[in-house]
Amino acid sequence: MANKATIVTDPHPIFGKLTWDSIPYHDPIILTTFLVVVMIGVGVVGAILYYGKLRYLWDEWLTSVDHKKIGIMYIIAAFIMLIRGFSDALLMRSQQALAVSDTSGVGYLPPEHYDQIFTAHGVIMIFFVAMPLIVGLMNLVVPLQIGARDVAFPFLNSLSFWLFVVGAMLVNASLFVGEFAATGWLAYPPLSGLEYSPWVGVDYWLWALQISGIGTLLSGVNFFVTIIRMRAPGMSLMKMPVFTWTSLCANVLIILAFPILTVTITLLTLDRYIGTNFFTNDLGGNQMMYVNLVWAWGHPEVYILMLPAFGIFSEVTATFSRKRLFGYTSLVWATACIMVLSFMVWLHHFFTMGAGASVNAFFGIATMIISIPTGVKIFNWLFTMYKGRVRFDSPMWWTASFIITFTIGGVTGVMLAIPAASFVLHNSLFLVAHFHNVIIGGALFGYFAGLTYWFPKATGFKLNETLGKWACALWTIGFFMAFMPLYVLGFMGMTRRLNYYDNPVWNDWLLVAGAGALIVLLAICVQFYQIFASIRDRKKNLDLTGDPWDARTLEWATSSPPPFYNFARTPEVRDRDQFHFMKEHNLAYKQPESYSRIHMPKNTWAGIVIGLLSGVMGFAMIWHIWWLAIVSTAAMLISFIVYNFQKGKDYYVEVDEIVALENEHFAKVAQATDASEDGEYSVRQRGTPLSMPA
Amino acid sequence: MSQLTVPEAGYTGYVSEEHHHDYAGDTLLGFWIYIMSDCILFASLFATYAVLSTSFAGMITPKELFDLNFVAVETALLLFSSFTFGMAMLGAQKKNMTQLMLWLGITFAMGAGFLAMELYEFWHFTHEGAGYFTSAYWSAFYALVGTHGLHVFAGMLWMVILVVHLLKDGITDTNFTRLSCLSLFWHFLDIIWICVFSLVYLMGVM
Repeated sequence: MANKATIVTDPHPIFGKLTWDSIPYHDPIILTTFLVVVMIGVGVVGAILYYGKLRYLWDEWLTSVDHKKIGIMYIIAAFIMLIRGFSDALLMRSQQALAVSDTSGVGYLPPEHYDQIFTAHGVIMIFFVAMPLIVGLMNLVVPLQIGARDVAFPFLNSLSFWLFVVGAMLVNASLFVGEFAATGWLAYPPLSGLEYSPWVGVDYWLWALQISGIGTLLSGVNFFVTIIRMRAPGMSLMKMPVFTWTSLCANVLIILAFPILTVTITLLTLDRYIGTNFFTNDLGGNQMMYVNLVWAWGHPEVYILMLPAFGIFSEVTATFSRKRLFGYTSLVWATACIMVLSFMVWLHHFFTMGAGASVNAFFGIATMIISIPTGVKIFNWLFTMYKGRVRFDSPMWWTASFIITFTIGGVTGVMLAIPAASFVLHNSLFLVAHFHNVIIGGALFGYFAGLTYWFPKATGFKLNETLGKWACALWTIGFFMAFMPLYVLGFMGMTRRLNYYDNPVWNDWLLVAGAGALIVLLAICVQFYQIFASIRDRKKNLDLTGDPWDARTLEWATSSPPPFYNFARTPEVRDRDQFHFMKEHNLAYKQPESYSRIHMPKNTWAGIVIGLLSGVMGFAMIWHIWWLAIVSTAAMLISFIVYNFQKGKDYYVEVDEIVALENEHFAKVAQATDASEDGEYSVRQRGTPLSMPA
Repeated sequence: MSQLTVPEAGYTGYVSEEHHHDYAGDTLLGFWIYIMSDCILFASLFATYAVLSTSFAGMITPKELFDLNFVAVETALLLFSSFTFGMAMLGAQKKNMTQLMLWLGITFAMGAGFLAMELYEFWHFTHEGAGYFTSAYWSAFYALVGTHGLHVFAGMLWMVILVVHLLKDGITDTNFTRLSCLSLFWHFLDIIWICVFSLVYLMGVM
């Protein structure tokens, strides 16, 4: 880490606070990482140029407004950030395994580095792994599930994506230029104030989150309008697939919660940049107001991550149990209840503030009430499986693992909701174990189930099933080994975020936790190998029909991968499980006699250009390079106005092109029918009604 | 159970004829939703202001500075500008460019007047020893009132861009949708200002 003596208090007119000393080249860990990243970067750019793919990349991906491509890019970015976030986790686990006084002393990470690592880990995993995974899946799936051809505002979708990318890039830049916040992932003042965090770490945090947060807000508005207004004819709200329902609720939460984050971050920015007194120690500042504001966003955020995962499990359970979802209506209402309740529990994150017994009792009870609709959902899934003919493909493995893991996490959550217990357990490893239990065992397993489930839809071939099951098994074992010891350590009084401790009894448990983290590492390696092996062997796992799982909802009615216009003819919905309904009534896989031309948006440069300019602006603000901040802000505004005046942002796809693409699809369907006459999931079998157990 | 219902003859699972999608409707709903989220943004700032409303830290208080007569003129300017924007929209509906431009111009001028008064007020308060850095109360005051002012400024900038659009293409459907959005935005800022006026200025002198 850079020597604090190098902090520039009087910014240079051209370079701001930036000096050569800002680059931590004397730290071997960072220097090695930097060199590796540079080599990979040079390799990737070199390969793109060597194969002459730059034009393709720009035309087909970077400027794309196609929701499917944007979804894929979100997911790729999330996996890249997962490597970074998980490396941080390994560093922490190994540090805590080593840093006990009677063995090897203080470990290998100095406190100021360790503090940045746990901050970066939290920020990256929530904002730059979990969020893009779920927004990516929404992008990929929601328009297909509702029978739409794109989202309501395709340009905004592209802009949202690039704002997210810029946020992630700023966090990564902090590793090599300057420092990251050493404050914990929510940057509570006064620690995050100028007095205690004088250099650029907190500023990186502020601008990365502000920029990507605005992107998320735009996504929220976009998907809300898409779901409300672009559903296929006949799809009433109560005929929407559950994943679309949970996404709708998550997007309502985004619309309502993210402005609070915007304000909170802005106020802290003002405190740090121009000397206001919102959260300062003197002149009337109030730090607890920050904590209240940030959790008024933060708790709904938990459900923004969680609700869509519930939707994924619902789709997966119904498909692989070969039954309609049990209690669709109750599940929808449970989701809506959670959506409302999630705004009424924020204070349980700081019962120790001292709001008094009545206030704590209110928030404690409100928190416990959330477990009721959540419990309803668990029963929805269990009863869907009950008497179903359950197929244990890998998405179902994730679901089974989730139900057990998440229930344990939920139970420890109810324990923490008891204010008296929270006074003992808050800030301990018990809390750390709890939220990892629900976020990994709940949200992340859900995303993995969803990725496996929809992977063939996005790419046209399935992921390797054997490796997928190994990944799930290793993740589950690794998770339990890594986090169950933390519950015990919490009871033993170990607080979170320690980089050194002198109680040797804790060490055994931390060694077990460290071993668990290594198993998770193995699981992640298996996942990356799974992707590699599946692409290599894609010919063996081709999805020719567009419906590899014998699934139930509309996204499976089109080809895999879908044509850029999604549906050649707009579906007309009669049933909740529309595609299953079509298969039952022998309507699936029938080519329409005629097509008409389709109205589609054109790709645009504006999303990536405005997004990257916002990155320049963020970097300039972090380093107090005022001229550059002004120039880049002006450039953003001008780009937006130029785009605003641009004409011809859309076009019609002509019938010839549609016919060609559709013929190709139906030829493949015919090929699949011939190839798998006796196959378990043959098209022929799919066309007939499945006999339902009584 | 609906799964037993048999679809009518001729049903293929797909619409028989593609319908034209109402894109303007998407834009308007999207803009409404954006305004709702902006509402939350202001709600957070109002909450911040309420929490810090007595955090003077021994410094100058609003009671010593607020001049309700001055604020009344500001308020009148902004509220009447909502009326004039309404007149502009009537002009747009009648496809009457002259009426539209005239009333938009008046609206712009009133917005500019409001903004000028607000900036003068900020300068004056700072001069009297109540800058944004003076105490937590004044930080909250400038953040709330300033954010509203920034919105008014953004609205005026948007108005200029829209006038260029109108001069180029006339009152097309696209431009009418844009005008409708701006109109929503402008009326919304009025509602926020009524809350600012009541909570900040009226309660500030109590």
